[in-house]
Amino acid sequence: MSGHVVPVRTYISVFLALLALTGLTTGVAYLDLGPVNTIVALAIAVTKMLLVILFFMHVKYSSGLTRLIILVGFFWFAILVALTLSDELTRNWTPVPTPWGLIFPLIRGLL
Amino acid sequence: MGDAAIHKSHSAEFAHQFEDMEQQREAGSLGMWVFLVTEIMFFGGLFACYAVYRALHLQAFELGSRLLYVRFGAVNTVVLIASSLTMALAILSAQTGKRKSVVMSYLVLTMILGAAFLAIKFTFEWHHDFVEHLVPGFGFQIRPEWGNVSNQVPMFFCFYFFMTGLHALHMIIGMGILTVLTLMASRDRFNEEYYAPLEVTGLYWHFVDIVWIFLFPLLYLIGGHYAMRGGH
Repeated sequence: MSGHVVPVRTYISVFLALLALTGLTTGVAYLDLGPVNTIVALAIAVTKMLLVILFFMHVKYSSGLTRLIILVGFFWFAILVALTLSDELTRNWTPVPTPWGLIFPLIRGLL
Repeated sequence: MGDAAIHKSHSAEFAHQFEDMEQQREAGSLGMWVFLVTEIMFFGGLFACYAVYRALHLQAFELGSRLLYVRFGAVNTVVLIASSLTMALAILSAQTGKRKSVVMSYLVLTMILGAAFLAIKFTFEWHHDFVEHLVPGFGFQIRPEWGNVSNQVPMFFCFYFFMTGLHALHMIIGMGILTVLTLMASRDRFNEEYYAPLEVTGLYWHFVDIVWIFLFPLLYLIGGHYAMRGGH
C-alpha cells in the first residue's frame, strides 16, 4: 500500500465541520455587523478551505515540496490582489498634475 | 536500494524511472498541484477583478447580491461538500483494497451529487435570473427601485455569470473525468498500489469545491441580506 491512509472517521468529522461552518456563515449573513460581515464570511471561507486542503486533499500528510508549491501559488495570488488593489484604491489620494495643466498657462501667457 | 525498490513495486502500472510506487504517486500529486496553482491564478484574475469592482461600486454589488437566492446557494454548498466526501471515500476504498463495486458506487455517487449541483444552478437559479431579466446581454432590465446606482448592477451580474459559469464548466469537465474513472474501476484497474488517477482527480474535484466555498460568500452572502425583510 502506498500513501497515507486517512481513517473514515476523519473524513466524516471534516465533512460535519464543513456543514457546520456553512450553516454558520449563512446565519451570520443575516446579522447586521457592518464591515465585519465581510471579514467573518472570508475568515469562515478560509477555514473551510484549510479543512479541505489539509484533510480531503491530503496535504497534512504530503511532502514539503508539495506544500511549497501550494504556498507559492497562494503567494502569487496575494501579489495579484495586493498590487491591483493598491493601484485602484489609492488613485484619488493625491491630485495628479496633467501635462496640459502645465502647458495651458504657458500658451495663454504667450498669447 | 534497487532490490528493495523492485520488491516493493510489482504493480503493472509502475513506471521504471521512479524508485518505487510511493515516489511515483508523490510525483503525480505534485504535478497535479502545479496545474492547480495555474488554476488558482486563472480564477484569481476573476476574484481580483471582482474585488476591484466591488470596492468601486459597493452599493450596486450589494443590491445585485440581494437579488440572488441564498437558500439555493447554501443547498448547493452542502451538495458540493457531500460530493467531496464521496470522492475522498472513493479514493480511500481503492487505497484499502475494497471491491471494485465499492469504488464505483462512490464515484457514481460523486457524479450524481455533481449533477444535482448543476441542476440546481441551471434550473432554479440561472433560469429564474433569466425570467427576472437579470442576465446581461439577454434582456437585462434596469429597475427603477435601484436608484442612481442602477447602471452598475449589470456589472455584478456579469461577474456572477462568468464566475459561476467558469465554475460550472469545471464541474462538467470533472464529471467527464469521473465517467472515465468509473469505467477504469469497472475494469479493475485500481488497487492498493495503484490509484493515482483517483488521487489526482480527487485533488481537482476538491479544488473546484474550494472555488465554490469562496464564491458562495462573495456572491451571495456579503450583500447585506439583514437589510431585507421577507426577501430571498
